[in-house]
Amino acid sequence: MTPLLSVAGVTKRYGANIGCADVAFDLYPGEVMGIVGESGSGKSTLLNCLAGHLAPDSGAVIFDTRADGPRDTLLMSEPERRMLGRTDWAFVHQHARDGLRMGVSAGGNVGERLMAVGARHYGDIRSTATEWLGRVEIDAGRVDDRPTTFSGGMQQRLQIARNLVTGPRLVYMDEPTGGLDVSVQARLLDLMRGLVRDMGLSAIIVTHDLAVVRLLADRLMVMKDGHVVETGLTDQVLDDPQHSYSQLLVSSVLQV
Amino acid sequence: MTEYNFAYLDEQTKRMIRRAILKGLAIPGYQVPFASREMPMPYGWGTGGVQVSAAVLTPEDRFKVIDQGADDTTNAVSIRSFFERTAGVATTTATSEATVIQTRHRIPEDPLSEGQILVYQVPIPEPLRFLEPRESETRKMHELEEYGLMHVKLYEDISRHGHIATSYAYPVKVEGRYVMDPSPIPKFDNPKLSDSAAIQLFGAGREQRIYALPPHTQVVSLDFDDHPFEASKADHPCALCGAENTYLDEVITDDAGGRMFVCSDTDFCERRRAGQLAGEMTQARSFTLTPAQADGSDASGGSTTAQRRRTS
Repeated sequence: MTPLLSVAGVTKRYGANIGCADVAFDLYPGEVMGIVGESGSGKSTLLNCLAGHLAPDSGAVIFDTRADGPRDTLLMSEPERRMLGRTDWAFVHQHARDGLRMGVSAGGNVGERLMAVGARHYGDIRSTATEWLGRVEIDAGRVDDRPTTFSGGMQQRLQIARNLVTGPRLVYMDEPTGGLDVSVQARLLDLMRGLVRDMGLSAIIVTHDLAVVRLLADRLMVMKDGHVVETGLTDQVLDDPQHSYSQLLVSSVLQV
Repeated sequence: MTEYNFAYLDEQTKRMIRRAILKGLAIPGYQVPFASREMPMPYGWGTGGVQVSAAVLTPEDRFKVIDQGADDTTNAVSIRSFFERTAGVATTTATSEATVIQTRHRIPEDPLSEGQILVYQVPIPEPLRFLEPRESETRKMHELEEYGLMHVKLYEDISRHGHIATSYAYPVKVEGRYVMDPSPIPKFDNPKLSDSAAIQLFGAGREQRIYALPPHTQVVSLDFDDHPFEASKADHPCALCGAENTYLDEVITDDAGGRMFVCSDTDFCERRRAGQLAGEMTQARSFTLTPAQADGSDASGGSTTAQRRRTS
């Protein structure tokens, strides 16, 4: 089986400081991988390198494209990479405001990716947008409201709808539940789990919240100071951490 | 005038502007940066158009300026006299006789011919500006032809108003490549942009951009399959000349709801009336002032205006 995403030796330095160093892994279709670690451990840097937002200093990010099979996205031209970014890839930001257009209605936000790939029929765009609002549990009557009138949880769900509307195969999520209260988090996680399973998505989820990866991720990668210190199945890593940092991380979770 | 170089700007500046114009003509719809100069008029009064006109004018040219279609409004009169004084070129109000036409907000009703240059004054050259505030990002979007956002604007229009409510500065795509802001002309004029025999130059002074359409360039207004582009206008004939298919201004004639619709292109309207074509205002009323009309006790504003226009 061909991995959907194959990452080898990705390194990004900020001057003398290490962003992330020599990261390598394979991600197979339908698989969800979590990346955990403390603040400043290089999780977000790694995610941005993979998603093409940052150019790594060295390494390869090989994606199994629909048309040409496995290709190194770092060697692609900018238009190709951006095309990938709005068709087969999706990026869910931590702050919904970074990923949404706040001055544009919910329907317009969901429809933007469709129009970006050439949809030119208003009725079709609108019905697809309305359908997607339903799938992320936003009332269809709010299709013409701006995201500024939405709550934080709704904004995050809208951002997910906007990203998944073109049927991507790989979703990057950067702290998707950050800044939401726990009951809203729970509903969002439930929704994401359903969508990931229904659509057979592969996803890479960066978070510092171990509960999130426990629920969503099949595999886990623990990062510290830019290096991957431990990888394995989620339950295996969380229940039987081997590296001292992983042990610290797991034991730091507050028990209610 | 000997105090000024021909057409106010010095020759080096004109060379610089001409280079930008030539580049613009070579890449239709692409916004070429240029070093806009301070002009003896405020930004927003047509400094971009004036600089482009200054760069293309020759002593043999005949110059026409229109502002919202009219030859006799403040902006048109002052820019025309500016070039009369600094360049000494002949001026005209007749579209067909002019070789260079500077315009604000309109394209003349008469089809333009080969050899004519139409210069537009442009306030905001970037069609994506109010959708994406970052200049670095809009340049990248032009570079990579990422124009989905432009349709988001039209989508928003339809979702809010039920139809595409953008009525001026309606975005167009040039030769299947660059999306361009046609300056704030009414969308009624958009079809005239395409396949025009004249050279069309766009100058934005404050924003320091020049762009251009060479003759016979294909220009398509953006739309949706189920909401096609429509060149709309007020649903009336011209009250002065009776024209059915020109862009109309609505003129309020009294404070009791009286109004008239007249051609915004004054030259076109006057020539039609000189050729004995008349609209309802010029047919229905006599041209002698009755006492009742003279003291303004009925809806006479229209006819007295019409009379003044005719006698001037």
